[in-house]
Amino acid sequence: MSEIKHEWPLYEVFVRAKRGLNHVHVGSLRAADPEMALHHARDLYTRRNEGVSIWVVQSDDIVASGPDDKDAFFGPSGDKAYRHPTYYAIPDSVPHI
Amino acid sequence: MSEQVFEATIAKDQRIEPRDWMPDGYRKTMIRQIAQHAHSEIIGMQPEGAWITRAPSLRRKAILLAKVQDEAGHGLYLYSAAETLGADRGDLTRRLIEGRQKYSSIFNYPTLTFADVGVIGWLVDGAAICNQVPLCRSSFGPYARAMIRICKEESFHQRQGYELLMTMMRGTPAQREMVQDAVNRWWWPSLMMFGPPDGESPNTAQSMAWKIKRHTNDELRQRFVDMSVPQAEALGVTLPDADLRWNAEREHYDFGEIDWSELKRVISGDGPMNAERIANRRRADEEGAWVREAAAAHAAKKQEVPA
Ligand SMILES: [Fe+2]
Ligand SMILES: [Fe+2]
Repeated sequence: MSEIKHEWPLYEVFVRAKRGLNHVHVGSLRAADPEMALHHARDLYTRRNEGVSIWVVQSDDIVASGPDDKDAFFGPSGDKAYRHPTYYAIPDSVPHI
Repeated sequence: MSEQVFEATIAKDQRIEPRDWMPDGYRKTMIRQIAQHAHSEIIGMQPEGAWITRAPSLRRKAILLAKVQDEAGHGLYLYSAAETLGADRGDLTRRLIEGRQKYSSIFNYPTLTFADVGVIGWLVDGAAICNQVPLCRSSFGPYARAMIRICKEESFHQRQGYELLMTMMRGTPAQREMVQDAVNRWWWPSLMMFGPPDGESPNTAQSMAWKIKRHTNDELRQRFVDMSVPQAEALGVTLPDADLRWNAEREHYDFGEIDWSELKRVISGDGPMNAERIANRRRADEEGAWVREAAAAHAAKKQEVPA
């Protein structure tokens, strides 16, 4: 018989506040399985109509960039000012652009 | 990340996030602060929870149930924040049960009458709001975000308490007496919620430097007194302090000497309800163990069965 794990896994919770908005991370909780995680997320994070939809995902399944990767990861976009509309000078007299 | 980046982040008033480099002392202090706060929310369900079955109307029962459920939620938001620092929820609960971590001394007082429910909402949640609003700007991101969520809910707690007391004050002389008696018992312990006086709070300076504390204990206590006096007048109750009076020069209320020996006694475990609060928490943990195990076994079994 396999050993029973007493500590439930950690789940991250994402809530869509209303239709038209993205799901946003709101916190985490412990649950035995995904279904329970969803129910607990409902009770814990949406007691006052804070959401219309919930995602839960096991914390271990999240792949994240680390704070140390910051320069290598996000640095390269720093010197590409030409990706922004304000880089281009257009006379004020030109309408709607 | 390094110490330099950490210091610069704090100096710019930006948030430290869980995976950032941080000094050991900062991590330890944050875990302790968040855990103690979480424990306070969880133990804090007991004094009021005791009145749910005896609340005088369905309306009051529903309100009280919602309030106590909120406090459970606050505890869970905070355990969640503590876990981002590598703490383990089960371990924190064991530390609480074994008396190795503390919770707010206020919850070691008994709730003798239903007026206590109102006074807790008004004064205890009121003091908690004073403490917690500045913590929404704590330098530790997950804690600050949990505090924002909590503060949004606390306002309901305070208002339902005050409304309950206003209702009782419109009632019979016996009901008014009950309210005054509850105020007499809770006023001083509420002032103690802000912790020892600044001169005896050795960690304050470091906590202020790290921006995990934004005001000193005495500053927050004064703010609470200034807020509460007009609320007491509007309610028609007397705060049990003969030295309480407006000081025009300071533009604050002066108030009497707090019995610090009482705070020390209650914190060190000798309050009226310490043993019972912890015994209840231990019992809930032990008697719930089989449910947690069964749920885990069920989840494991479902995973084995191919879909
Ligand atoms: Fe709370
Ligand atoms: Fe509260």
